[in-house]
Amino acid sequence: MTFTSPVLSYTLLSPMLILLGGALLGVVVEAFVSRAKRPTVQLTLALGVLFLALFQVWNIRGEQSLTPAMGSIIIDGPAVLLQGTILIISIIAILLIADTEHFTALPAALPGSEEERKAIAMGAQVTEVYPLTLFAVAGMLMFPVAGDLITLFVALEMLSLPLYLMAGLSRRRRLASQESALKYFLLGSFSSAFFLFGVAYLYGYSGSVDFAGIQKSVVGGSGNDVLLLIGIAFLSIGLLFKVGAVPFHSWAPDVYQGAPTPVTAFMAAATKVAAFGAMLRIYYTVFANAQWSWSPMLTGIAVITMLLGSLVAVTQRDVKRMLAYSSIAHAGFLLLGVIALNKSGLDSTIFYLFAYGVATVGAFAVVTLVRDSSGEVTDLNRWKGLGKRSPFAASTFAFFLLAFAGIPLTSGFIGKFSIFSAAYESGATGLVLVAILSSALAAFFYIRVIVLMFFSEATEDGTSVEIPSILTRTAIVASAAITLILGVYPTPLLDFISDLAIFIR
Amino acid sequence: MKWLTLLMFLPLVGAAVVSVLPKANEKAAKQAALVTTIAVLLVTVAMTLNFERENVGLQFVEKYAWIPSFGINFAVGLDAIALVLILMSTILAPIVVLAGWNEAHGGRWSVKTFYILILVLETMMIGVFAATDLFLFYVIFEAMLIPVYFLIGGFGTGERAAAAVKFLIYSLVGGLLMLASIIALFVMSGDQFGHTFDINELSQLQMSSTTQNLLFLGFFIAFAIKAPVWPFHTWLPDAAASASPGTSVLLLGVLDKVGTFGMIRYCLTLFPEASKTFTPLILILAVISILYGAFLAIGQKDIKRLIAYTSISHFGFITLGIFAMTTQGHSGAVLYMFNHAFSTAALFLVAGWMISRRGSSTISDFGGLQRVTPVLAWSFFFAGLSSLALPGLSSFVSEFLVLVGTFTRYPVHAIIATFGIVLAALYILIPVQKALHGPTTPGNENLKDLNLREKIAIAPVAAIIVFLGFYPSPLLKIINPATTNIIAQLGFTDPAPSIEDK
Repeated sequence: MTFTSPVLSYTLLSPMLILLGGALLGVVVEAFVSRAKRPTVQLTLALGVLFLALFQVWNIRGEQSLTPAMGSIIIDGPAVLLQGTILIISIIAILLIADTEHFTALPAALPGSEEERKAIAMGAQVTEVYPLTLFAVAGMLMFPVAGDLITLFVALEMLSLPLYLMAGLSRRRRLASQESALKYFLLGSFSSAFFLFGVAYLYGYSGSVDFAGIQKSVVGGSGNDVLLLIGIAFLSIGLLFKVGAVPFHSWAPDVYQGAPTPVTAFMAAATKVAAFGAMLRIYYTVFANAQWSWSPMLTGIAVITMLLGSLVAVTQRDVKRMLAYSSIAHAGFLLLGVIALNKSGLDSTIFYLFAYGVATVGAFAVVTLVRDSSGEVTDLNRWKGLGKRSPFAASTFAFFLLAFAGIPLTSGFIGKFSIFSAAYESGATGLVLVAILSSALAAFFYIRVIVLMFFSEATEDGTSVEIPSILTRTAIVASAAITLILGVYPTPLLDFISDLAIFIR
Repeated sequence: MKWLTLLMFLPLVGAAVVSVLPKANEKAAKQAALVTTIAVLLVTVAMTLNFERENVGLQFVEKYAWIPSFGINFAVGLDAIALVLILMSTILAPIVVLAGWNEAHGGRWSVKTFYILILVLETMMIGVFAATDLFLFYVIFEAMLIPVYFLIGGFGTGERAAAAVKFLIYSLVGGLLMLASIIALFVMSGDQFGHTFDINELSQLQMSSTTQNLLFLGFFIAFAIKAPVWPFHTWLPDAAASASPGTSVLLLGVLDKVGTFGMIRYCLTLFPEASKTFTPLILILAVISILYGAFLAIGQKDIKRLIAYTSISHFGFITLGIFAMTTQGHSGAVLYMFNHAFSTAALFLVAGWMISRRGSSTISDFGGLQRVTPVLAWSFFFAGLSSLALPGLSSFVSEFLVLVGTFTRYPVHAIIATFGIVLAALYILIPVQKALHGPTTPGNENLKDLNLREKIAIAPVAAIIVFLGFYPSPLLKIINPATTNIIAQLGFTDPAPSIEDK
């Protein structure tokens, strides 16, 4: 047996390699740099790494290769767009994560234990959240560019495991935070198992785990269709779990609520981009010729996801849970782009992911500002009259909500319009009508929050709005600016996406 | 010269100026807003004078690529109908600013915010009538809800938050139905000749009659909610009762006209066949609106709700005129839109002054104003007469044209609609009698009459109402070529008036 040494195209892989290198360096920093300097060093390192990776992504735009890593990775236009989106969202999110106020001093200590008390008294603050974030980002970058199912699975685990940990890092309400982490972990492992099960069936169907091989079998139609169907179903469960589509959504509200808000922001926005990126690649290339096997299933899931997400959101009393259900509804809208299976579907899904991701980080950034003496206030009733106490927080939050509702002159409207018309173009008229109905339902609860903030009298209960730190302020202003610009003049980005977004197979 | 862009951006400049003024200097904000709105009015008047009356095409056309990948342009242009409505809006704006000089003080936010919202709204009011690109129209149609929402919720009275939400939800649902139709048009245009939102090109689309009917409904329901036509009207009385008088004037006078304007510009142009199919149904809705609005107006105890219900009745007349599909009907409807804005403005502004003086909006609280505040009382009486379409006042001309235009094709509808006029006399004269005449209600003895600012604000409104009542032809000369053209394009000829042989 001869051993062929792998041929790697380091330039094309560089964004992921930079992230992994940076994450490892972060671990070293955590171990060796003095406690006082650690937060600054970690933040600088993380930001530097993310910007460097983004720079590299920019440099490799327009490149196309099926074999940068022996077929395990595929770099093409959508890959570059999705990686860029993930990195931009991560940069904004890391500005929130930098506010160490949200993270527990010593995650290893039991809540309420002597050890924890000592750690707090010492002023200890571990900053392991930075390397964890970088690992997660590395996994996310790999997820939409994977070229075979094994790489896809590795990327899935690489992005998930740090997130499970990060969900449990909250400083306040630690038990709830840890419970959410455990819930996320258990359900996530469960869905990973389904995913792996699907991989096995697809291997049985085609005798191959790489995308090209499976695609060849799908096109040729030679294999056993039962295996293909089971494989697609189980693989889809794994992916749909990550985006929080109904009926695989039950983790989302609890985890969104329990996790530290900066982590929620990062998770809600970036994971969605990565998971939808992978879905786009798989359904648009590998399974494209088996459209009639998966399209009805995804249509059904999209319908219940949109309706349930919007309906249940109406009843929520907690702002983070409400945003969780809203993100479920948005996952349903995004599925429209996957089901459309045409060029405009691809373009619009990528645009929507970017627009939605940025607005989501911005919205959660505002949530971190509203606090009382025991930490963040997420009970919507206590958000009453926020417009008076902090016009900045209330009006930016209202703006993000209007973007989620898809009101014109926000990025959300352009995203909705383009994704709905792509779906209509593909003939999914009924689906578009359901989407419009759910948008109307969704508008109701977004407006309700605006009413609470601006038109309700404040209850005197000591809720205050933090003066945002310069980093948080940057994050909020940047997200709001992007949301507005993409709503008023989206042409450059739309053209950029439309030029680049072509899958190579 | 880029007339329309100039016109649309002037108020934005004004809003920017107001926003940098110090918060404490409320007077400066008011003055800046007044100067801006007057400047906008002057530009509009200049445009009206430059408008070529016999040219039925679009004038003052401007077109800039906006989102080329979707075929979206920032395209504006005016036909006679749009011009008349923009003229109406820009005349109302300074009047509203002047009349509501102290209106913003009871608000949740600063006076500055009030005028910024008003000025931003003015830009959108101009844009919504000027847009010749369907996407641009939709964007403004939806976006203008937001300033109105904050104007009602922030500067209204009573149940203002609930009314604002009701208004927004109704409008958003209508807007989303329209969005569904727009997406369908967009995709079909892509299949047939490349993506476009140009209304002239969209009107060339080939589509089956089922498709056309469905898409027509998407548009029509959105406009019927906006207008509002029975049974989509329930948001209006709440919104009008809660909004401040100035906001109500803009809401009923201008924003609701977007609904009837949209019926002409979009429903009839884009879906001529479907419009004909649905005409019988819509005419029935219009007649119901006329009578229903009038009956409910009679029963109202609150003066603002009364005016809102009279408007529902008036919008019934406008819709009737549009769908009668005759030249007189159309000309009457367009003229009606213009006139209704001023008679409603007069009613709301005077009612607003009465309410702010008396601290109540219940009609029976105003007894005896005739003796205490004669100018105020006469102004209200005059506004009321204009609303009930007294001959010699402007509303009479338009109401007459609508009824004549309807009668030649749909005599039964016209005859039933005529009862609306009788009811109008009731719903106006009963409150006039209760409020102005009779014994002075305790608490009214010391009310002050109109001051100079208020007189200056109401004078132009009254002048327009009287002038157009006696001499409507300057406006009709602008309107007629356009409406004749639309009726001809729809393939209708006016039925010749005939005297039956006995």
